[in-house]
Amino acid sequence: MRAAAPILAAVVLLALVPVVTTSSVVLNFLVIALLIALVGQGWNLLGGYAGQYSFGHAAFFGTGAYVTAILQVRYGVNAWLGFVIGIAAGAAVGAAIGALVFRSGLKGSYFALVTLAFAEVLRIVASVAPITGAGVGTLIKLDLRPEAFQFQSRVPFYSIALVLVAISLVLVRAIEASRFGAYLVAVRENEDAAKALGVDTTLVKLGAMAISAAMTAAGGAFYAQYFLFLDSGIAYGPWISIEALLAPIIGGVGTVFGPLLGAIVVKTLSELAKLVTGDAPGLDLVIYGSVLVLVVAFAPRGIAGLIADLRSKFGAAASPEHGRG
Amino acid sequence: MLSTTILIPAILNGLMTGAVYALVALGLTLIYGVLHIINFAHGALLTAALFAAFFAYSLLGLDPYVAALGLAPLFFAIGYGLQRFVIGPAAHGEDRNILLVTLGLAVAIENALLFAFRADTRTVNLPYAFDVVEFAGAFLALPRVVAFGAVLAVALALWIAMRFTDTGKAIRAVAREKLGAELSGIDVAHVYAVTFGLGTACVAIAACLLLPTYYVNPYAGNAFVLVAFTVVVLGGMGSVAGALLAGLFVGVVESLSGLWLGESLGQIGIFVMFILVLLLRPSGLFGERA
Amino acid sequence: MAESLLHIDQVSQRFGGLLALDAASFAAEAGRITALIGPNGAGKTTLFSIVTGFQQPVSGRIVYDGVDITGLPPHRLARRGLARTFQVAQPFARLTVRENIAVGAHLHRPARADALAAAAQVAAAIGLAGELDQPADALTVAGRKRLELGRALAIEPRLLLLDEVLAGLNPSEVRDMVPVIRTIAARGVTIVMIEHIMQAVMSLAERVFVLSQGRIIAEGAPHEIAADPRVVEAYLGHGAAQRMTAGPAHD
Repeated sequence: MRAAAPILAAVVLLALVPVVTTSSVVLNFLVIALLIALVGQGWNLLGGYAGQYSFGHAAFFGTGAYVTAILQVRYGVNAWLGFVIGIAAGAAVGAAIGALVFRSGLKGSYFALVTLAFAEVLRIVASVAPITGAGVGTLIKLDLRPEAFQFQSRVPFYSIALVLVAISLVLVRAIEASRFGAYLVAVRENEDAAKALGVDTTLVKLGAMAISAAMTAAGGAFYAQYFLFLDSGIAYGPWISIEALLAPIIGGVGTVFGPLLGAIVVKTLSELAKLVTGDAPGLDLVIYGSVLVLVVAFAPRGIAGLIADLRSKFGAAASPEHGRG
Repeated sequence: MLSTTILIPAILNGLMTGAVYALVALGLTLIYGVLHIINFAHGALLTAALFAAFFAYSLLGLDPYVAALGLAPLFFAIGYGLQRFVIGPAAHGEDRNILLVTLGLAVAIENALLFAFRADTRTVNLPYAFDVVEFAGAFLALPRVVAFGAVLAVALALWIAMRFTDTGKAIRAVAREKLGAELSGIDVAHVYAVTFGLGTACVAIAACLLLPTYYVNPYAGNAFVLVAFTVVVLGGMGSVAGALLAGLFVGVVESLSGLWLGESLGQIGIFVMFILVLLLRPSGLFGERA
Repeated sequence: MAESLLHIDQVSQRFGGLLALDAASFAAEAGRITALIGPNGAGKTTLFSIVTGFQQPVSGRIVYDGVDITGLPPHRLARRGLARTFQVAQPFARLTVRENIAVGAHLHRPARADALAAAAQVAAAIGLAGELDQPADALTVAGRKRLELGRALAIEPRLLLLDEVLAGLNPSEVRDMVPVIRTIAARGVTIVMIEHIMQAVMSLAERVFVLSQGRIIAEGAPHEIAADPRVVEAYLGHGAAQRMTAGPAHD
């Protein structure tokens, strides 16, 4: 594959971090950033490539998280198996919502609204349902063995997060270079024209939603293992829906590396907020909201777009294949 | 459960709650009908207005009904400024961008309130908050009756303004045919901003009407606004009459289902109704096909 | 007589109280160029919309290659070899010309490299070889019209519906486009074109149908249609045919 090189380079670079430093702060920062990158890449496939902007990706994150946690806590299922099932559950929820929503032809703001509503319904259900621990939340028992997908040091978590992100990069790159990817982008640019060219746009959107949901659910399941605690606000709350879209938008919607670049920025902003205010809630989201407006206003193609502009200004041959827009 | 002594007050209370939903929805549907955007920041602005009304009372001693006279113009100006100087320019005319910008504003405003005032819930204690009015055998809270009447008055005033003032006509022209309006010399950016301002002013008035019987915290507006979205979609995007009627309808449904299902399931009921309406009829009962 | 590849049978369409199409029928013979003309608002694009699956008629059927296709969605029709261009060009704005056409080529070519290569060939055939790597939104009107055509061709259609593909072109651009259309027809593609530019209709079409106020009011060879008084009336108004034959006005 053509762009295998940049992905390889990025992954190798990131893989060297734990070799170079053992700082818990750095590793924790990067684990969360990678988590955001994974979740954001999920959003990016549906939003950046297929052009359907979801405001409720928490629905998939939370499902991945809760399914893996509940399977372990209440049914004694192995954590790794639970992880896989959590991803499948997230994909199923994505497919279900997609089937309902796309067959009704909802798009644009209506799509954003309805995804928001679905996420909220799940949050409310999780806040009262006994199986999720209702108001108290769900606690995964501390069991620091690899078989239980828990580790004494951060490094294995970091490695797993890196592997997940690497897979997401490769997957999106492969899609980008395939017919499915061409159809996704066609749906984004002009759905009617795509239909007239033989594209089953409903099926394409549905496929994108399922894959997107799976990636985001993987992030949720990982979160559950890393933090070992969930409640309805964490799993299905607006914070994750916002971070899921903010990272790709800052980094560059519709690009392979956008979510990763953006995730680093998002995590940095969130750390800055903590520096300024300690734990006073709200400042990080204020920053997120303001940055979102600023990025849309001044750099709508994100960091990747800025880089592309710089490259063309300095005469570097503009890449003749896609990745634009 | 179906005895009239329980049913009638539930329906009347539902109508009064519904009236305020309708006012919030009115602002939203006005903005949609003219700018063709779904204002995701509406709930955050309602929350901000609730805080403003709260502080007007607790710091300045202003009764909310009096404060409305000052807050409506203030929030009109805020809405005008937001559309004219933030949303309009930032979006570069692309629908997807408008979505994101209003979402960004919503998140920023709401969390600024959270950051500044913490998550504590506050209420005001007005001397007349517990006065009741007797009607059809039911005892209705005075502030809510006042709210009902005020909403009708505001709706009427808006209708008159739209029909008979130059600005109202300009707004209707832009809503119907933007290019034509532009070519006739109407300043579309100004009209957009005025409309957004009106929608925000509606929200400010609604906040003042709500304050005596509602609560104030950074999430208060959101709880309300998803219901308002439901009302707008149900009543038809852009239809003022639809927003009013659907608002009253939703209020009654919520009240009656609260009787049977209790608080939180009632909330889910609203969301589910919202999702169903979107899936089945995005044009609502009165509006055009989406 | 050659068989009709497309047969529109008594199709009616209603928008609220307006009867946009009133039992309209026409047939397009396989391998030929058929034109659909008529004054603005006659219902031509509505008819195209219905044929290509973007709308459902309130009554009537569309028969394609002997099969009733009424109500099938657009993408299924494309797979059966039915292509259309849009009256207002609908490019994939931020994609390049090559990528635009490749979306069509992908219908019969799953592999990306094949589709891109086929796209380059189609572009060359319609005169867009020089713009292959330009974004579609940077093209001129004439370029966009060619792109519309190119994308439709890329799905290798048997029936091509052209909706005012010459609209917005200046006379020399029209002169350049006409032979392109003729070449497509010569390769065996059946063409139905909605067109206002009479010079093109006269020189390209083998059969012409006239739609006015939702009804087919005339059909025949181009020269027959040009002389038909009903057609003149439809375009120029009631009594116009008489006035024209009566000679210049006496002032």
